[in-house]
Amino acid sequence: MVSFQPYVNPIYFLYLIAFLIPIIIGILNGKRFRVYETIISLLFICLIFGGPKLHEGFNLILYIIFEVLMIGLYMRYRSKHNQTWVFVVAVLLAISPLSIVKITPAINNGIPSIIGFLGISYLTFKAVQMIMESRDGSIKKFDLMLTLQFLLFFPTISSGPIDRYRRFVKDYQNVPSQEKYLEMLQKGIFYIFQGFLYKFLLAYLFGTVLLPPIAHAALQHGGMSWALVGYMYTYSMDLFFDFAGYSLFAVGISYFMGIETPMNFNKPFISHNIKDFWNRWHMTLSFWFRDYVYMRLVFFMMKHKLIKSRITTAIVGYFALFLLMGFWHGVTWYYIAYGLFHAIAIVINDTWLRFKKKHKGSIPSNKLTEIFAIFITFNVVCLSFLIFSGFLDKLFFS
Amino acid sequence: MNTKDKVLEILENTTDSAEVRNNLDINIFDEGLLDSMGSIQLILELQNELGIDIPISEFERSEWATPNLIIAKVESMI
Repeated sequence: MVSFQPYVNPIYFLYLIAFLIPIIIGILNGKRFRVYETIISLLFICLIFGGPKLHEGFNLILYIIFEVLMIGLYMRYRSKHNQTWVFVVAVLLAISPLSIVKITPAINNGIPSIIGFLGISYLTFKAVQMIMESRDGSIKKFDLMLTLQFLLFFPTISSGPIDRYRRFVKDYQNVPSQEKYLEMLQKGIFYIFQGFLYKFLLAYLFGTVLLPPIAHAALQHGGMSWALVGYMYTYSMDLFFDFAGYSLFAVGISYFMGIETPMNFNKPFISHNIKDFWNRWHMTLSFWFRDYVYMRLVFFMMKHKLIKSRITTAIVGYFALFLLMGFWHGVTWYYIAYGLFHAIAIVINDTWLRFKKKHKGSIPSNKLTEIFAIFITFNVVCLSFLIFSGFLDKLFFS
Repeated sequence: MNTKDKVLEILENTTDSAEVRNNLDINIFDEGLLDSMGSIQLILELQNELGIDIPISEFERSEWATPNLIIAKVESMI
C-alpha cells in the first residue's frame, strides 16, 4: 500500500473528485450521506497514514483516543464544577503529546519523537480550543461523534486551516440550500484552481527552480551578499505560495463537503503594518493565538491587576504569544528568534499607532505614505522569514 | 442612565475616541479603534459597570463590531 502527502500528487486529486461526487450530488439534493462521508474521511485518513506511514497512523489513533478522553472527561467535570487548577491541568495534559514531539528533537540530536505524526499540531489546537470553550461554558455538551468529526475532518487534517468547533458543527449539522451550495461549489473550484496556480506553478518556480541556485550562490559567497537578499525574497514568495496554495486546496475541498472552513490568507503582502499582517497571514493560526493565548493572558493579568500599565500588559502578552508561536514552530534558535522579532516588531508598531492616534491631523496620510507603509512592512516581514527559513543557521553556524 | 448611554460611555473610554458616539454603525475593529487589548478592557468594564459576564469564547468580533451591535448584545445579556 502507498501513502499520500495530501494535495501533492495529482492522483490524490483524482481520488478526491471521484469519491466526493456522491457527497456533492447528495448535498445538491438537500441530503448529507453521513455514513458515506465518514467512510470516505476514514479512507482518506488511511491513504494519508497508511503504508510506509502506518506507524504514524497508530500514533494518530492513540493520540485521538487520548485527546477525546481529555475533552470528554473535562466536559463532564465542568458540567458540575469549575476549578481553575483542573482546567490548567487539562490544558497541560492536552498539549503534552505535542510538547514532547516538539522538545524531543531539540534534546535528542534532531531525532524526532516516536509519538509524532503529520498534523499533530493542528489537532492539538482544536482539542485545546474545545477545552477552553468548555470552561467558558460556550461548549456545553460533549458529543463523541461530533468531536471526532471535527478533529478528524480530513481536508484540513494535516496542516489546517484551524476551524472552530462551534462553527464547524453548525455547518456539519446543516445542509446548505441548493443556491448557497452552488455558490460554495463555484468558490471551491475557484480556490482549487487558484491553489494549482500557487502551489504547482508559483511555489514550484520560486521554491524548486529559483531557490536552490540562489541558495548555492549565497553559501558560496558566505556572509552578507546580494544572493542572500535574493534568497530572502525568493524564500518568502515560496513560503507564501506553497502554504497559501495548500490552504486553498483544503478550503476548496471543505466547501465541496458543505463546510465553510475559514480562509488562511488574505493578501498578506499588502499589509500596512505588522498588526495588519497578522490579520492577513496564516489567519487561523494567528487568530487561535490571539483568542486562546493573548486575550486570555491579558484578561487574566488585567483582572487580577498584575501589572498596572496597560501598555506593559500588552507587551507581556505579545512576547508570550510570539515566543510560544516560535517554540511551536520548533525548538531551534531561529524559530525562537523569529518569534522575538515579531514580538518586537508589533510592540514598535503599537507604539507608533498610539503616537499616530495622539497626533492625528499632524501626520500626513496619503497614497504615498500608504505605499511607503506597505513597502516597509513587506521588507520587515521578508526579513523575518529569512530568520524563519533557518538559512542563516546554515550560512553562519555550519 | 440607561444601558445605551452607559455602553457608549464605556466605549468612548476604551476606544479613546468620540467617534463611537457620532456613528453608531462604525466598525471599531476595521477603523483601528479597538484591538485585542481594548477588547479585554471593554469586556472588563462591561463586567464591572453592568455586572454582565462575557466569556472570551463569546467575544466573536463580528458580533461586537459596531456600537449598535454592542448595545444590542449587552441589552440581551442583562
